[in-house]
Amino acid sequence: MSHKPEELLAVTLARLIRARPTRHIAVGAASPIPAAACWLVSKQGAPRGEHVRLSLLHKRSGNPFTEGTRELFDLTGQGRIDLFFLGGGQIDGQANLNLIGTGEWPGRDVRFPGSFGSAFMYFMAGRTILFREEHSPRVLVDRVAHISAPGVSEPGVFRRGHAQALVTGRCVFGFDPARGRFTLETLHPGETLENIRAETGFDFDVAPSLGETPAPTAEELALLRGPVCDEMLETYPEFCSRVFERKAAA
Amino acid sequence: MTTLEEMAASVPDGALVALPPDNSLPSVALAKALIRRGSKGLRLLGVPVSGFATDLLIGAGCVAEVQTSAVSLGEAGFAPRFSAAVKAGTLKVVDATCPAIHTMLQASEKGVPFMPLRGLIGSDILANRPDWVVMDSPFGDGERIVALPALSPDVAAFHAVMADSLGNVWVGRRRECATLAHASKRVLVTVERVVEGNFLEDERLAPGTISGTYIEAVAVAERGAHPVALLDEYGFDADHVAAYARAARTEAGFNEWMAEHVFAQRAAA
Repeated sequence: MSHKPEELLAVTLARLIRARPTRHIAVGAASPIPAAACWLVSKQGAPRGEHVRLSLLHKRSGNPFTEGTRELFDLTGQGRIDLFFLGGGQIDGQANLNLIGTGEWPGRDVRFPGSFGSAFMYFMAGRTILFREEHSPRVLVDRVAHISAPGVSEPGVFRRGHAQALVTGRCVFGFDPARGRFTLETLHPGETLENIRAETGFDFDVAPSLGETPAPTAEELALLRGPVCDEMLETYPEFCSRVFERKAAA
Repeated sequence: MTTLEEMAASVPDGALVALPPDNSLPSVALAKALIRRGSKGLRLLGVPVSGFATDLLIGAGCVAEVQTSAVSLGEAGFAPRFSAAVKAGTLKVVDATCPAIHTMLQASEKGVPFMPLRGLIGSDILANRPDWVVMDSPFGDGERIVALPALSPDVAAFHAVMADSLGNVWVGRRRECATLAHASKRVLVTVERVVEGNFLEDERLAPGTISGTYIEAVAVAERGAHPVALLDEYGFDADHVAAYARAARTEAGFNEWMAEHVFAQRAAA
């Protein structure tokens, strides 16, 4: 069955979620593909049958936070959030994230929106999946211009979790916090190792088992286009219209 | 009760004004009134991030400084006048991260001088915040942790659904507005409507109510959050924000947009 690139990415993220025990996932600002992945996991039922709780910061009706948005950070501080998603205007080979900008502080060349909760969430969530569709040398850099949130921390600094993986429009990297390095694990259809090296500004390792990112199954696509889209229409109307060709009722 | 324009006139130039973001009851109506009044030198605080109203105020030249964890128009992308002002160097940006802003307000709410927050260490946000201090945990467990100073805005402004006869306002589950109200020196609230009675006597409404104790003034501004969503009252007007984002890519386009959507409103009123 043919699929859109966004659908492959959502399914790939969902498989990374299911690869580790996950009870509670939080999704922050402007992340329709991670949100789709979370809803897919929720609709699939978790591999061991446990319920996956989703807390979507931007959900308008039924929003789980009744103490305001600070509750997300309080929950995460307590260790109740197993997984969070982050991206970055720049991401480097040590998994440092830059959501500030380039050029002189605070981003005099190109200003990105800002760090949101990253300088806390990246430390305090059980783990983080990094997601950025654009995979180019301007995004994946050797060293970020400014660090919004560091990929690894020194001893004496409390840190609960790190990056599990980095998913881009071209491939999937795993991250090893002990070594502070990414390993290329799978290539999306049409990509080659040579091309990934050319499009990546940082050095990385290559998994001996390097293969192709598996395509979505018919079951996964049916869930995405049906019940997952139903859940997302209110919060991400533009995304649902573009990817699933569905319009929210006026 | 006061009017929207009187409320705007009561905000002095240079004030530290706290505004909630696009999903949490911003008073776009008051932001527009501040622009019409010709406010200058405002220092805005995004609680904890900033959106549409902040971009309008920056574009209109009302803002000297913004302390925030991000400025964004959501699905409509980067905030164009914010980006232009940073590039031009005409705006001081004090970067933060969301829970740090909540924590600094919570310290004010409790009346304590500082509160600790984990994370942050190793971030350049911290490196650019001389007012944030890394300390050793006083409990001798070897942890290094950041102490954040209490932050008390001069003015907090937000848009609630309704006020009652006693000046209590109802914000539903957007309780960050309550923390903001508790922490701020003055609280100005626009509302869709004023209703008879006392929300605090209604067990269902009381948990989403901010007591009038904290609130200096209430003004009616129908559709005062538009184009931003207001709880279950009305939705996000994505077409309006996208049209703004396109227009505001240039200063001329922004000025045309303002003439139609901000200054023409007073002429019509």
